[in-house]
Amino acid sequence: MPSFNQSRKNVVRLVFFTVIIILIARLFSLQVITSKYKILAEDQGTFRKVVYPDRGLIFDRKKRTILQNTIIYDLMVVPSKIKGTDTATLCKILDIDSAEFHKRIITAILKNRSYRPSVFEALLSDEKMAKINENLYKFAPGYYLQERPVRDYPYDAAGNILGYLSEVDTNFLKKHEGEGYVSGDYAGKTGLENSYEKVLMGQRGIEYLKRDNKNRITGKLENGIYDTMAVAGQNLYSSIDIELQELGEKLMQNKVGAVVAIDPKTGGILAMVSAPTYKPRLLTGAERKKHYVDLLLDPRIPFLNRTVGAYYAPGSTFKTLQALVGLSEGVVDANTTVVCRGAFYGCGRPMKCLDPGVWALKGAITHSCNTYFAVVMQKVINNPKYPGVDSSINHWAHYMNAFGLGKKLGVDVPSEKPGKIPTAATYNKIYGEGHWNFCTFRSVSIGQGEVQTTPLQVANEMAYIANKGYYITPHVIDSIEGGDKFGLLEQYKVRHTALNIPDSIFEAVHDGMQGVMESGTGRYAKVPGIVVCGKTGTVENAYKGVKQKDHAFFAAFAPRDNPKIAIAVICENAGFGSSSAAPIASLMIEKYLKDSIEGKERKAKVEQLSNLDLMPLRIKVAMRTQDSLRHRKDTAYLIEKGFIKIIADTIGIEENEETDVAELKRENNKKEKQKDSVKVNAILPQQERRTEADSVKRD
Amino acid sequence: MYQKVTITKGIDWVLIMLYLLLVIIGLISIFSVEFKPGDDFFDNLFAFQKNYSKQVIYFGVCVVIAVLILLTDSKFFTATANLFYAFGILLMIFTFIAGKTVNGSKSWIPLGFINLQPVETAKIFTALALSKYLSINDINLKKPRTQLIAAGISFLPIVFSILQNETGLALVYFSFLLPMYREGLPPVYLIIGASLAVLLIVTLLLTTSTLIICISAVAVAAVYFMRRRLKRDKQPLLIILLLWGAAVLFAGVAVPFLFKSVFQKYQADRIFSMVGRDNPFETADTTVNISTVKKKPVENYNVKQSKIAIGSGGFSGKGFLKGTQTQGDFVPEQHTDFIFTSVGENFGFIGSTVVVLLYGLLLFRIIFIAERQRSTFSRVYAYSVAGILFFHVFINIGMTIGLAPVIGITLPLMSYGGSSLLTFTILFFILIKLDADRQLVLR
Repeated sequence: MPSFNQSRKNVVRLVFFTVIIILIARLFSLQVITSKYKILAEDQGTFRKVVYPDRGLIFDRKKRTILQNTIIYDLMVVPSKIKGTDTATLCKILDIDSAEFHKRIITAILKNRSYRPSVFEALLSDEKMAKINENLYKFAPGYYLQERPVRDYPYDAAGNILGYLSEVDTNFLKKHEGEGYVSGDYAGKTGLENSYEKVLMGQRGIEYLKRDNKNRITGKLENGIYDTMAVAGQNLYSSIDIELQELGEKLMQNKVGAVVAIDPKTGGILAMVSAPTYKPRLLTGAERKKHYVDLLLDPRIPFLNRTVGAYYAPGSTFKTLQALVGLSEGVVDANTTVVCRGAFYGCGRPMKCLDPGVWALKGAITHSCNTYFAVVMQKVINNPKYPGVDSSINHWAHYMNAFGLGKKLGVDVPSEKPGKIPTAATYNKIYGEGHWNFCTFRSVSIGQGEVQTTPLQVANEMAYIANKGYYITPHVIDSIEGGDKFGLLEQYKVRHTALNIPDSIFEAVHDGMQGVMESGTGRYAKVPGIVVCGKTGTVENAYKGVKQKDHAFFAAFAPRDNPKIAIAVICENAGFGSSSAAPIASLMIEKYLKDSIEGKERKAKVEQLSNLDLMPLRIKVAMRTQDSLRHRKDTAYLIEKGFIKIIADTIGIEENEETDVAELKRENNKKEKQKDSVKVNAILPQQERRTEADSVKRD
Repeated sequence: MYQKVTITKGIDWVLIMLYLLLVIIGLISIFSVEFKPGDDFFDNLFAFQKNYSKQVIYFGVCVVIAVLILLTDSKFFTATANLFYAFGILLMIFTFIAGKTVNGSKSWIPLGFINLQPVETAKIFTALALSKYLSINDINLKKPRTQLIAAGISFLPIVFSILQNETGLALVYFSFLLPMYREGLPPVYLIIGASLAVLLIVTLLLTTSTLIICISAVAVAAVYFMRRRLKRDKQPLLIILLLWGAAVLFAGVAVPFLFKSVFQKYQADRIFSMVGRDNPFETADTTVNISTVKKKPVENYNVKQSKIAIGSGGFSGKGFLKGTQTQGDFVPEQHTDFIFTSVGENFGFIGSTVVVLLYGLLLFRIIFIAERQRSTFSRVYAYSVAGILFFHVFINIGMTIGLAPVIGITLPLMSYGGSSLLTFTILFFILIKLDADRQLVLR
């Protein structure tokens, strides 16, 4: 039957056609025009995984590894797969109860969902790791071990130099935006780890992975054609002699103080001991957090690197520099004599001197005659060449700056402090303009009063004298494997020769310093067979206004003709320098120059000195207080009062380890109410003080 | 010999080629959804554990059935049309007794190797029964009685379908309006129906106030364009006003009332999730928090993932087996209802356009075939097939790209599933058989 509705087929066709066009148009807009869905797909379907390269190693001057990487294991859990595993055994190995177990599993599920792996216990100790590994078949597949690279210190020494890593915090991330750090990364926080972070971290690689709807990784995207390789961190070659460092740390046991040894020719630091120090291995591994907090609260402040971060008056070691200034200013020459009648009477009130006699330069240094150097400085300050004391003291300060004092040297160990050299401005501020003269600060002439130096600066000043007029900025790192891409080492090749002092003047000072070792105060620091030039120092000091036992200082270089080592040793509150600081320096020099300590007597000396307990009484008291039952309460108190912040600031740690402190805070919150007002003496480094030295003992 | 000639004689090879092409594209797509790098293709293929290998078996079954259909005498279909229709209705009733629940709808009869969905297969019987009825001599679809019977035949399965919680499949039966229109159903029904459908969908998609503004704008536009005619005759103005009033009442009062008071909360939610929205009429606990009611339509997960997969394909696609969204199982039900997303991601705009055009060609070929039939029975049947196919393709592809509500119907020939593949195979091959005998006048 022929249909009379035949024309309707065209309507149907039109409808079909229209709909097909609509579908294609929509597909076109969705797939070709809009890019929104491509981005969304990338976000959820792919995963950009950062591949961490191995961190760079650090070698000592004999190419021994002193900082390397090792593997420690984390126990991982996939909560959805743990059914049927031997939970009891696991809890027993890890020493946790079932409540703790459930807590951890729940935390894992909340954090990462049940089908994705989470850390069950981080950084397993060797013992736990061994036990778990043995029984791993009982726990698989819900639990498995995952490697985590950590730092390792083969010699367990030089903690203050090498520094440690810690998790980056928000401040760090803000400061280093665009350098590829993400939260959870570790970065160098102190020491060389911090100063050479850029070089050590290497270059991170990126892997593109495919992800499924439950956020599981299913494989590489396009077989890895978009991936970039990780580049390992560069290795660093340091000038440290690790055995010398170990010896220094051993000798400085039970003492507060510092030892710095420099190779004068290169400026390379041979050893840098801050005492008390800490064993760097404490800050890697499972107990890291606990150790960290313990060290942070230790009244001995082991985190403080005293070689660059603590101030000491240089005492008599300063006299060598005073001599250089006097000679090069021409106010005295090597033969000028000064008569000492038991005190310096130039300023009315006498300043004691224990060496009556007539002294020329050499004898004055050898016998450390106070009167001589007071006269020399008086002449420098009152030199008619200069219009007034203002300009003459500034001129004097200019010399001192040229010797590397009163400013940061620029060493590659972080947290360096500049020290203090007084200028006209210093005294104008204290006494008012025109209200002071040489007599006001006469104790500066013998290295007391307003002069403040770091042990590194004293060692560097010895290098300057040894080199007869120049020093190279002291540094730990000599070279970087594969090139110094960031120019970090440029400044350590610069010779500082600001002043042109003739060699003859240095010879005179060397003569005096050699005399110290032969007939003067340094007799106890002789090194068999080596000509050492040295200078002892005894530094008066006070703590919180109370006069303390003197600090013992010793600075030297050796051998005289071809100096290979310049050294400064300070032992706090040790009394005479000759019994502690000088013999320590002597052993260090022997070890470095002869490569070992020879002879029974010398070996016995090492043991004797390392057993010598010079820990100041106030620190012992503080430690006892902290060890007592009140420990926790005190900690809470310290935290509350912001003491930890003060300590951290003093040590010069850039950022506070917030998490640890916050955790402790929480822990202690409950006990807060019971707290009484017990106050722990947190021993802060040398306080600022301005005591006129009324009498200075001869050293 | 004689047998062989009858099978191939007069059959439409274009239709068969299109059919095979789409089935093969479907198999490749299902394979790409399931195959993970590292799987052993042949092991899986012959282990028949994977969907793609099962689909191969279903296809094998379909080939056998297709051959059987081609061997059948065309008169068999006209003779048994009503009988089969009755059988289909009985099957649907039987489902209530022995049905199996899959995805919340009790519409499946388990037959061991395959689950049969009577609502799905009843499409064939309904098409045949409608063709049979409309091929009666001197039938006139302008008569209300004829209209009523034709509608009764077409829409009876809808009742069962809705009772079985298969709303999506129920809607397919509206595609029988297409053959009815071709056979002379006054277009006013279609216009009213389409308007209501559009209004309903728009009501679901837009907020009530936006919708009322839109309706008013349309009314004002209508008045503006008819202003000359309105000067002579005021009656159209009245009609426009009435329509406008009815639409506003529908959108502003009836729909909110329906969702707030008539439907249960879960029913309302379900309806809104079809269009990818949260239920804006959530009133159950207004006392708790009014601010939680979201004003902006929020896409539902399936549609969002589907659009991401297709959209990320770009112009030429990511390449076979390289789609990250497909490989990562991001699109739910990707091997069945959302199979088109696999084409869209792997082969991009080019691939998806080719598939859309293949369906287009199929539709036009069927119309072409329909119009060359001598018998009304064959023509009505062909139009029925075209209508069903059109509805499925438009709604399915539309829902994957956010143009149509998600009502859970398959993409013909491509989606995984024996029931769907079998149904469309039978529909097509009956058409091919009828077409092969187009010189006969069938009743």
